[in-house]
Amino acid sequence: MSTHVSAVDQPMRGRGGLVGHSVYLATRSLRTLWRQPAFAAATLIQPIIWLLLFGELFRSVVEIPGFSSGSGSYLEFITPGVIVMTALFSSGWAGTVYIEDMNRGVMDRLLASPVRRGAMMIGTLAYQGLTTILQTLVVFGIALLAGARFPGGPIGIGITVLSAVLISVIIASLSNALALLVRQQEALIGISQFIVLPLQFLSSAIMDTSLSPGWVAQVARYNPVDWAVVASRQSLSASTDWSAVWPRLGALLALAAVMAWLATRAFSSYQRSL
Amino acid sequence: MSESSSIAVSAVDLVKTYRAARGTPPIRALNGLSVAVAAGSVFALLGPNGAGKSTTAKILSSLSRPDSGRASVVGIDVLRDPDAVRRVIGLVSQKASSDPMATARENLVLAGRIQGMSRASARARAQELLSRFALDDAADRLAKTYSGGMARKLDVAIGLVHRPRVLFLDEPTTGLDPEARAEMWAEIGRLAADEQVTVLLLTHYLEEAERLADRLAIVDHGRIVVEGTPEELKSEMHGDTVHVELASADGALKAQGLLARLMGLHDIASDGTRLRARAESGARAVPAVLAALEDAGIAVASVTVARPSLDDVYLRYAGRSFEAAA
Repeated sequence: MSTHVSAVDQPMRGRGGLVGHSVYLATRSLRTLWRQPAFAAATLIQPIIWLLLFGELFRSVVEIPGFSSGSGSYLEFITPGVIVMTALFSSGWAGTVYIEDMNRGVMDRLLASPVRRGAMMIGTLAYQGLTTILQTLVVFGIALLAGARFPGGPIGIGITVLSAVLISVIIASLSNALALLVRQQEALIGISQFIVLPLQFLSSAIMDTSLSPGWVAQVARYNPVDWAVVASRQSLSASTDWSAVWPRLGALLALAAVMAWLATRAFSSYQRSL
Repeated sequence: MSESSSIAVSAVDLVKTYRAARGTPPIRALNGLSVAVAAGSVFALLGPNGAGKSTTAKILSSLSRPDSGRASVVGIDVLRDPDAVRRVIGLVSQKASSDPMATARENLVLAGRIQGMSRASARARAQELLSRFALDDAADRLAKTYSGGMARKLDVAIGLVHRPRVLFLDEPTTGLDPEARAEMWAEIGRLAADEQVTVLLLTHYLEEAERLADRLAIVDHGRIVVEGTPEELKSEMHGDTVHVELASADGALKAQGLLARLMGLHDIASDGTRLRARAESGARAVPAVLAALEDAGIAVASVTVARPSLDDVYLRYAGRSFEAAA
């Protein structure tokens, strides 16, 4: 047998490999986004439209007795709502990339390479997270231009970005896991819509749940979307109730970690189908 | 060098069943398949779709686990150490496996980086492969703009980036036009020599297996029915094959009965208007065949005599003609 010259200079092992591979795969997704300017533009314009549309449509709900918008306008109330909603809806689509990769041979090729399943998951989650950061900053920019003011300042904005990214990671993990389980674009989109819409409406994203039927407020307490909205809204307000922020942020962080871990486990379900 | 180290790929008694739809029995894709591939050779698994070729490749490339059996690649146990196997194999699956939104060069560099190559060596290797597969001019175009033949060459190049010891090539030319297919065959033919890679070729094209493979195994119903070099397999089939094309399908059954009674003819098979039989000497058999059919009033469109082909080998071992199975 002839001698074999390995092309691999330093096989990546352990954490270095996980981080490196995640970066390569996230970069790949960002490059794809960059090459689809229409899609990239829609990604940024959609939340602006939501913000302005909902802001106008429900402008007068703040006048309902008992509506707790703090001291501000409905636009200020809804800005964190639209930010979380945008993260929710964008990341609901995350799994479609996996299905495209499955329909081509890309997924099989990656799974038969030294890339860790964890890196394949983290790569897409990091990409979703970055998209969410960008969308969040755009919404803040437009809200400020439209006259909204956020007394919470940079800390409030930072916590809102973090909450949105965590919701994005939670929902993208769910979407990725569904992709690996159902392996069909139509089924994924159907299930994803079925989950995302109720999460959105059973929260205080666009409406103060203290004015909704009691059961809605009850359900919202267990809804991660509501945790993100409440944590963001509180941290942006003039008199932040930090005891409402930290437990929710903590719960979001824990749920994000668990969801990402579970979603990574779903790769073995996909491989059993091969 | 010991016997075992010259075996690059080995599968022993692979069994794999898939759960089917509710209420139907599970599908047994592999039914005790065993194969051993010598290092540095091109080995073809030849069989119709659904014979179990792709399942075998998926198990050997660590994508899928068998219900039972053993598999190893360059001496590494696939089931026990899949991570090590993934560093020494390249997988070119049946489907296009490039990222359509990346250029050919980007696809190659990313594949190299994923395999642990430094940026510089991944780039150098990408350029080398782009030249080798004549993709230089299109190197910086998005893969989605590639023609079928170019895209397939890119798939193979991606599989080779990290200089794998074993390359799995699943149906590399399906869907390609004849010109692109010929080009791909030329590339694959040079692979084993230039890249020092062992190639496991999965194909349902007889001609492809015959052209490219040093050895081949015919796969049917999840197991290997016969194995050898293309020449060995054909020379085991003594004599010639007589092909008879009837003017109409009406007399086919009767004709088959008549041929069966003729001396010197055996292994008679029919498919619509076409009959075929094995003969010790085709030249001596043809007059008798024509006379028998004419006596019975069965009109003949054509009679040809051919040296045994892989299709005859397939017919003999799988019990049906390859075209009928595929």
